[in-house]
Amino acid sequence: MTMLQGFQIALHALRLNPLRSFLTMLGIVIGVASIVTVFAIGSGAQLRLQEQIRSIGANVLMITPGAVYQGGVRLKDGSKLTMTEGDVQAILEQIPEIQAAAGSLAGTAQVIHEGKNWNTTINGTTTGHFMVRDWQLASGRYFSGAEESGAGKVVILGSTVARELFAAGDDPIGAQIRIMKVPLEVVGVLDRKGPAQDDVAFVPLSTAKLRFLGSASNINRDSVAYIIAKVAADGQMAGARAEIEGLLRQRHRIPAGQEDDFKVQDPAAAMEAQQGAIRTVALLLVAIASVSLLVGGISIMNVMIVSVTERTREIGIRRALGGRMRDIRLQFLCEALVLCLLGGAIGVAGGITLSMTVARMAGWVTSIDSEAIGLALAFSIVTGLIFGFYPAHKASRLSPIEALKTE
Amino acid sequence: MTDSSPLISLRSVSRTYRTDGIAVTAVRNVSFDIAQGEIVAVMGPSGSGKSTLMNMIGLLDLPSEGAVHLEGANVAELTEDRRSSLRARSIGFVFQSYNLLARHNAIENVALPLVYCGVARKARLARAEACLQSVGMLHRAHHFPRQLSGGEQQRVAIARALIASPLIVLADEPTGALDSRTGAEILALFAALNRTGQTIVMITHDPGIATQCRRTIRLHDGELVSDERVAELLPRRSAVS
Repeated sequence: MTMLQGFQIALHALRLNPLRSFLTMLGIVIGVASIVTVFAIGSGAQLRLQEQIRSIGANVLMITPGAVYQGGVRLKDGSKLTMTEGDVQAILEQIPEIQAAAGSLAGTAQVIHEGKNWNTTINGTTTGHFMVRDWQLASGRYFSGAEESGAGKVVILGSTVARELFAAGDDPIGAQIRIMKVPLEVVGVLDRKGPAQDDVAFVPLSTAKLRFLGSASNINRDSVAYIIAKVAADGQMAGARAEIEGLLRQRHRIPAGQEDDFKVQDPAAAMEAQQGAIRTVALLLVAIASVSLLVGGISIMNVMIVSVTERTREIGIRRALGGRMRDIRLQFLCEALVLCLLGGAIGVAGGITLSMTVARMAGWVTSIDSEAIGLALAFSIVTGLIFGFYPAHKASRLSPIEALKTE
Repeated sequence: MTDSSPLISLRSVSRTYRTDGIAVTAVRNVSFDIAQGEIVAVMGPSGSGKSTLMNMIGLLDLPSEGAVHLEGANVAELTEDRRSSLRARSIGFVFQSYNLLARHNAIENVALPLVYCGVARKARLARAEACLQSVGMLHRAHHFPRQLSGGEQQRVAIARALIASPLIVLADEPTGALDSRTGAEILALFAALNRTGQTIVMITHDPGIATQCRRTIRLHDGELVSDERVAELLPRRSAVS
């Protein structure tokens, strides 16, 4: 008997009892569907993080304000802007590993172009910001030196803002937009970098201070909200970080033993750690889903053993008519395999549907990869082989004479 | 096949079963030959060892002592797989309770032995059709066993026994579950088959059936008590008491 004939016989037998066959494979269906769903959600989350890591740029350090003391009272992080443009300059000039650096001030505001308006982040910075983040222009130019130093009325738009303010055919370059009643000329539109990154409008730092954020009480003439800096090579991250910390402590006159009033962070590393955590959680969930596969396998074994007992006479007849022990084993193994494969296929379809539903309803990013589907199907085949073998072996070992005597 | 080498030969065959430490000898020191084209009745009361003997001739069981030869080959020296293949190709079983697979229709049942001969599905069904035709059951090819009468099921079972053109058809009480008229029809079918040269061994405890076979082997308590031949087949009796 060939494998194909085995599958034909198995399909015939399973079709005769569709409800029982379906209930038998339900455990496998649930197990495989869970595995596919968990994989889809897990790899979706990883994709989103990877995109965020990419959008920050490689080898970037971020310096934000830390806790400060005012008269013995410790204020929360960032309550006072402790960094200045002087710090940016010092970092650029005194630390050789730093390729580019820029300070930023940010707030949100309504941007208006003719009949359209949009609420977005206004980031006051210098051209260095785009160098640090490897952010290319889709069209136009960066800020000129004169615009940077002289509070030029110019703006560079993120692609989302450009899309929201301008019709598809319109060229934003040279157009006038307004932010807080200040008319600005669009000089550049940035490349896409990711949904969360593209919703922004950049103006020169001096423009932001003078025209938008200058009145805020906690901003002195020189302050920036955060600094980003690009380190030349991967291996220099730790060294550059230590040097920045030393330099800023010195510049901020922080005595030994007192806490820094700033924080130097490696956002990519933090996200990679987060990615690791997501992977761990996903693996844990897959392990839990595998338990359901195990239970499904046991259920298949259970039903197969009952089926062998029920069909003892059939086994006897098949043996008398020339079925070899291995033919009988193949027949029952094929039944278990068909149950598992069918259950696996239904489970894959269910898992894809479920993860697409989750994606739509919860707004999560999910990603269905063929690897996960292959893995789930391989799992179900292995389950079929493991849990189908014992009943099949039992069937093949029946004595044909005894089997023919049973009622 | 020449007359000098018998199809089946049993030499001093004994079969002892051991259950719960008690040895029961079902067949004791039996020897006989069956030649190509014979129709043989094996008779004896229940418990006389008929079924055990049939199991050994049908390669389902092996003797504890002595040897069974099929076409000159000692079956005990064959592997289990080889004996299974020989069952598929060389032995056709007909059982008292028909033993059709309830979940398959008549033609699928008839084709079943060919699955184990490696014949493709189309060819299997074509041959099964021819066999059903030869037993007059082609019109019932797609009926399931539960839709057939006892006599019809036995005809299907005979078609199944014949499909691989076996060396020998082994029938175990083939009319035991049938009324006398249907039984007589089945016997007539066997007689007709035998006239075409088919070797048939029929196990029965019914003397009426035995009289229609040219040779009768009688068993009692596992031992062979007589082996008689008649020159001519007796005229068929219409009713068997």
